[in-house]
This record gives sequence, C-alpha cells and structure tokens, in this order.
Amino acid sequence: MSVIENVSRRRFLQGGLAAGALVLSARLVSKHLMVAHGEEAAGFDPTVWMSIAPDGTVTIVAHRSEMGCGSRTALPLIVADELDGDWARVKIEQAIGDPKYGEQDTDGSHSVRSNFELMRQVGATGRAMLISAAAAQWKVAANECSTEPHLVVHRASGRKLGYGELAVAAAKLPVPKKEELKFKSREEWRYIGKETNALFDLEDIVTGKAVFGMDATMPGMVYASIEHPPVLGQKIKSYDDAAALKVAGVQKTVPIDTFKPPHQFQPLGGVAVIADNTWATFKGRRSLKIEWEASPHSVYNSGPYRKTLEETSRKPGKVVRNVGDVDAEFAKSGHAGTQSGIKIIEAEYYTPHLAHVSMEPPVAVAEYREGKVLAWAPTQNPQAVQETIAGVLGIKKEDVTCHVTLLGGGFGRKSKPDQVAEAAVLSKKLGKPVKVVWSREDDVRFDFFHSVAAMYFKAAVGADGKPTAWLQRTVYPPIGSTFDASAVYADDEMGLGWNNLPFDIPNHRAENGPADFHVRIGWLRSVANIYHAFAIHSFADELAHQAKKDPVEYLLGLIGRDRIVKLDLKGDEAEDDKAYPLDTARLRRVVEIVAKNSGWGKRSMSKGRGLGIAAHRSFLTYVATVVEVEVDAKGQVHIPNVWTAVDTGTIVSPDNIRNQFEGAAVFGTSLTLFGEITATNGKIDQSNFNNFQITRMNRAPRHVDVEIVKSDAPPAGVGEPGVPPFAPALCNAVFAATGKRARELPLAKMKFV
Amino acid sequence: MIRLKVNGTERSFDGDPEMPLLWYLRDVAGLTGTKFGCGVSLCGACTVHQNGEAIRSCSTAMKDVAGSEITTIEGIAPLHPVQKAWMEIRVPQCGYCQTGQIMQAIAMLKENKNPTDDDVDMVMSGNLCRCGTYQRIRAAVHVAAKELAAKERA
Repeated sequence: MSVIENVSRRRFLQGGLAAGALVLSARLVSKHLMVAHGEEAAGFDPTVWMSIAPDGTVTIVAHRSEMGCGSRTALPLIVADELDGDWARVKIEQAIGDPKYGEQDTDGSHSVRSNFELMRQVGATGRAMLISAAAAQWKVAANECSTEPHLVVHRASGRKLGYGELAVAAAKLPVPKKEELKFKSREEWRYIGKETNALFDLEDIVTGKAVFGMDATMPGMVYASIEHPPVLGQKIKSYDDAAALKVAGVQKTVPIDTFKPPHQFQPLGGVAVIADNTWATFKGRRSLKIEWEASPHSVYNSGPYRKTLEETSRKPGKVVRNVGDVDAEFAKSGHAGTQSGIKIIEAEYYTPHLAHVSMEPPVAVAEYREGKVLAWAPTQNPQAVQETIAGVLGIKKEDVTCHVTLLGGGFGRKSKPDQVAEAAVLSKKLGKPVKVVWSREDDVRFDFFHSVAAMYFKAAVGADGKPTAWLQRTVYPPIGSTFDASAVYADDEMGLGWNNLPFDIPNHRAENGPADFHVRIGWLRSVANIYHAFAIHSFADELAHQAKKDPVEYLLGLIGRDRIVKLDLKGDEAEDDKAYPLDTARLRRVVEIVAKNSGWGKRSMSKGRGLGIAAHRSFLTYVATVVEVEVDAKGQVHIPNVWTAVDTGTIVSPDNIRNQFEGAAVFGTSLTLFGEITATNGKIDQSNFNNFQITRMNRAPRHVDVEIVKSDAPPAGVGEPGVPPFAPALCNAVFAATGKRARELPLAKMKFV
Repeated sequence: MIRLKVNGTERSFDGDPEMPLLWYLRDVAGLTGTKFGCGVSLCGACTVHQNGEAIRSCSTAMKDVAGSEITTIEGIAPLHPVQKAWMEIRVPQCGYCQTGQIMQAIAMLKENKNPTDDDVDMVMSGNLCRCGTYQRIRAAVHVAAKELAAKERA
C-alpha cells in the first residue's frame, strides 16, 4: 500500500527539505510491516520525498543507506525518470531514520525491489502536477501537454515552461491519485535500465571529500575506544586503569554494562578509554588491566563444536520442505546399496564462521542531551539505531535522531548498531558528544559473525545417474539467537537457499537441525545462501561426476523441464512467491548463457586448469557462474576468468549491476580461499587482515564477465545474489583441475600438491 | 616540536611523537580523506605520500615524518588523471578504500609509466578493497597511464 499525500507548505517550511516549492510526500508502509512494528497506520506521518525549487533544482530524498550497492543513486534515478527530470539538476538528500519512510533497513537486496513502484509514483505524480500547472497557465487541456526533460511542452503551440518556473503553481494543486497517473512506458524511460553512468558521490569519493561515518564529527566531542569482554557475556570483575590514565591524551575510563540476554544490538560491555584523539584511546587500552567474570560461552571451541554440528546433521531434524517420500526411495536400495539399480550417495559439507570486515570498521558519533540523542552513523538501519538507543537508555525512540553518513562497506554488519548505542551510552555518562571508533581487531573479534554450518546430503541415484531422492539437512546456530537466546532452529532462514531447491526430483526432503550459539550471529552478504549453495551445488557436481556426465548437461537435467516450482511457503515468503514465482526456465537460461560465454565443453584445458559451474537463485535473482581455475605447481589456486549470467528482472543501472557482480566474485573468492573465524575457550582467534585474510588484487579473479539477461519481470535483488554460486563454482573447478573435492571451506586448508 | 609540511602548508606538532601520521592527519589536522582500515599496514586505506613516495600513514609515527613533505588526497589538485580515470571507469562501490588506492596508483605511475597487469597487481595488492573493485582499479590505472603519457608528450 502506498499513499501519496499533500503536505502543506507551512509544514514543509517548518522542517522539511530546503528551498523547495513543489513538495511531494508519500508513504509506503505495507500492512504487515506496520503490524510487525506494532504501529497503527494513523501513527505514521507523511514523508517528504521530493521538492522542486524555483531554480529548477530537484531534491530527492534517499531513504536507504549507501554502502556501495548503489541504492542512493538507483532510487532517485527512478524518480527522475518518471518525473521526466534532468538528472544533472537532481540533488540528493539523505533521510534520517524515521518510520514515516517505511522500512529502511538496507539489507536483503531489496532497495530497488521494494521501492521501484513507489519511486515511479513519486516521479509520475510530480510530472502530472507540473503538467496541470502549465496547462492552467496556458488555458489548455492537460492532455495537450507533454514533457521533455525538465520542461512541460504544449504540443500544438510549441510553448514550453521549465519545471522551476512551474514549481510554485504546481505546489498549490491537489495531489492526483495513483489511478489518475500516467506512467511512462518502458520505451519512454530515459534512465531506468540505460547506460547512464550515473553514480552519485563519485567525485566526492575520488577527491576524499565524501563523508563516511569515520569522518563524522560533532563540536566538543571526545574520542572513545572500548576494551570489550573477550568472551560473549562476560562482565567486569575489576579493572585497573592507572597506567592507561598516564598515556598522553587519555582523559578517563568509563565502564559500560554488559548486555542482559538476549544481546540483540545492545553494547557488549567493557571499559571505554576516553581521550583527545583516536590514537590515545588505542594506546591507553593497551595499559588497561581488566579481570572478567566467567561466561557460559567460554566453552566455545571450534573443533569440538564442529563435531557436535556434524553429529546433529546425521540425525533427523525439523522438516522444512517435503516432496514425495525420500525414505521409501532410500529403502529400495536395500542394505547393499546397489539393489534395484539404485545407488546411495552421501556427502557432508562444512563451512566456518566468517567476519564482515567492511573497510570502514564500526564507528559512530552521538550526543545525549536532556533526554534526547543525536547520532551520526554509517548504519544500514537508522531505525534500528533509534530503537536500540531508546531501549538501552530508556528514552523514546522518537527522541533519537539518526543521521546516516556514507558507509565504508556494510555487508550486513552495519545493520546492527551496537557501536552507535555505545556512543550514546558514553555521551550520557560524560555529558558531551562521543565518537566511538572500533579498531580492526575489535571488528574481527566482536563481529556479528556469519554462521558456522554443517550439512548432510543423501541421494538415491538411478541407473541413468539422475537422483530419484534427495535429502538435505543443515545445522547451524541461527541468526534468531541474536534476538532470542533460546533459539536453536533457523526457521526464518530456510528461504535462504534451503526450502526452495529448484531441481526436478520426485522425492525431496529438506531438514534443519538445532544448534546453540556462543558468539553473536548475524547476516552477512547473502547469508545462509553461502553455505547452502556451496553444499547443494557441490553435491550436484559430485553426482554429475559419479554419473560420468558433463556437469552443465547434468545440471540442466536436474533443473529439468521449464516450470514454476511449487513451494510450500508462508508469510512474506509466500507473498514473494506470488509476485516472483520460481521459474526454472529463467534458471536454465542463465546456465545456458554462462556455458556459452565460458566456451564450456569447447575449450581444451591444460594440466591444472579446470572449469566449474553453479547456478543459484537468491533474493529472487537467477545467477549462474562459471569459474576457471589454474592450480599452480605450488598448489596455489589462481582464477584467470569468471563468467556470470544474471536474470534480475527489470534493471535500473546496468553498470552498477556489473560492478556488484564483479565484486561478488571477489567476495566469493575471499570466503572460498581464505575466510575462517574460529574460537578457543570462547575467544576469537583471528584479529586483523593477517590472520583473517580477504582477497588481494593478485589473488582476485583476473577477469570477470557479467551478462545481464534482458527481462521485463519485476526487479529483484542485486547486491547479494552474485555471492552464493561462486564458492561451489570455484570448488567444482578445482575438482575439474585436480580431482580433489572440497567438502569444506576455506580451500587454504586443502593440500593440492 | 615536530615540523612538517602537509599539502604545501608548514605545520608543527607537539603531541605524542609516537602518534601515527594517520591520526594526526585525521583528528588533529582535520584531513579525513585519508582512511583508517587496519592500523598495521595490511590494507593501504591510509596511503599518503612522504616526499612523493607512497607510505602507510597508520604505521608511520610523527617522529618519523619530521621535516617531510606529506601529500594527502586533499593535496592532489583535482582532477588528477588518476582520479579522472577512476570516474571514467566508475571504480568505486562504497568508496572508502579508494583514496588510498588512488594515492598508491599515483605514486606507482610516477615510477612505472606503462605498467603491465602483473605490475599493477604487484603494487596494488597492498591495498585491500572489500567491495572487490580490483578489475576496475586495474583498468583505471591503465587509462590513467595513457592519459599521463599523452600529457607528457603534449
């Protein structure tokens, strides 16, 4: 449901956008979202989205965060197109956190998907009002008028008026209803889907003027960095800050309470060192002596924990999807495993925790004054900042104002605003603005980690090599544990590549086993799709080789005939499934394209070289990836080429999509070759880029080719879907090159020579 | 008292001589175009020039830059051919590491006017980009090298 409402100019002048005459407001709050937030529709104020100043400058509000995925450009570009505005005259204003904008959590690859129609409506409404204003001035019918960029034109007489000239008059007109609007046809789009090269902030970024969270300041602020409890949930027993206080620039130390479970996004607790500059806070921390109380999470050791996960994965779990009867099919094979021509194939896969390590570590600046908080933060979710600070300080969330800076990467980490809450807590204690800066070591050790996972697979394979039954079981500590300390099943994460296997197999069951958490678990770019896709598409490749079939041919056989896959989904997933049914023709097409582009089956591979493929739908986008590897004499894996084909429905910015998928290949390389976070007695073993490596240029894919499938389907996700197929495609290529099968990540632990 | 020149301006500093140049630039001089990424020379986000050579400012103490000429991204007259190339190729995603990447590329192109892909990989591998824009960085370095060569001929 979206409603465009008029906002009086008085209201606008009281505190809306600067210097606008025509002001449009709209709100988009779907009913289920309102219910989820416990709000009534009447509680939402209308939101200002766009204004046009008399000089013709169009100001568009970006209500989602920019962390490198391009939404700050893409959404305003949609408005500008339907407005028929000139992009060169568009300014962007970043929204603060406010429920009036609807949902603002920039995650789940849905900024464009969820706002495409709303942004079109905002633009089309503005265009209709400008046309009406011009028609009234010319005393002609509105339908005799049309637009050229930033101009209304009367076709018969050739008269023209600029948008700026019409803005004041247009603002006085009633806002037309959505049904009355005339939207552009696809052919009329000037920006949407075109090679516009539009990219906001580009010049500011290359000249160092762009303001990230790390660059935000407040007058009179002090700096803080925090020695967090090394094990989740530990409290301070005692501490000695005498030496720390002697460090030049250090002002004082301030203890922060450890959260009460569930931890949610609350501060971890610890001792903050307050100083005149960031360096002094870091140096002061080295001299702190802290004794910590015990925590139940001190039992966390990654080796034994892995065994527990794997044992659980071998036992029946909670059924999350069932088709046919896998047990009956498995029983046909008998004990010998070869009767009835049916062969049983089993495999187990394991992936470790990962850290986000956005290049900008967590940081925030906040001021508490008279019961209210003002914060500037690189956050993916400014409303979560409001809610978290309100909860921790016991104030109203309306009394928390969160401005959003540019984000130096996010990848899901910056949906969690614990560091902003730390700044607010410290500011309240100190009576002045506080900037909290996390070191890289803090970032790696105290992340909301991508989950460790164990997966078990069992297939019954017929004489033709095709599976007649496919059982898959996944076990990992769920993200739900961040919000409910008793959560052990990943109910809300099954849509992330587990309850929607697109293969044409008569008997299929997907299960989820329970797992306890011992560190904070959070979503990381493409989330559970990472390990689910790794396991599913590695297993598919294993079956292909067992069947002595070409992997692409075998994969196309698994995908099967063109059809809409029937899924048994509930809630939001069911809604998505209606608008975006799982269409195997689209999956098949990306496989065929990427096979063709990579020269699959047509290139001879020298020793140590190989190609691997995987195709996975996530965030409603179909992606197939072929990776070419070369394993050198030292056993080091190089990636000369990657080919990706993407069907993400209607697109806004093709170059941005290419950039996202190029980047996803590098992100995928990092987690496949290097990424591993482990714990010993509850403490994280890694600390910086030396022991938690990410891909450097010399190990990154040398060339990534991205083909975007032309599609009129509704827009789907872009930021994340490139990641899931990458790891299995790379591991399948390694198998093709070396004959060695990777059933766990990262590959750095495998010996190839 | 430590004296140095930053972007052509004489400055003095009487704080902790162990303070890394990075934090002097950011917190004291207010030049925030130079970024903090790791603190231990592993990521290159803090790259600046000391007497024309690329250094990691996070691991260079103030006492070691006494008498030096420091150039940060703010001291590069815009738009430098490297910055232009970055815009033409539309390298950045989040953009956080890019000032460090650009400072490293400018320094490299002074030494090696026509780098091969392998040359670029070798030098630029010290600069991490979590968004994964390496392919575009490599392309942009080549574009900038051509532009610089054309300028030199002119």
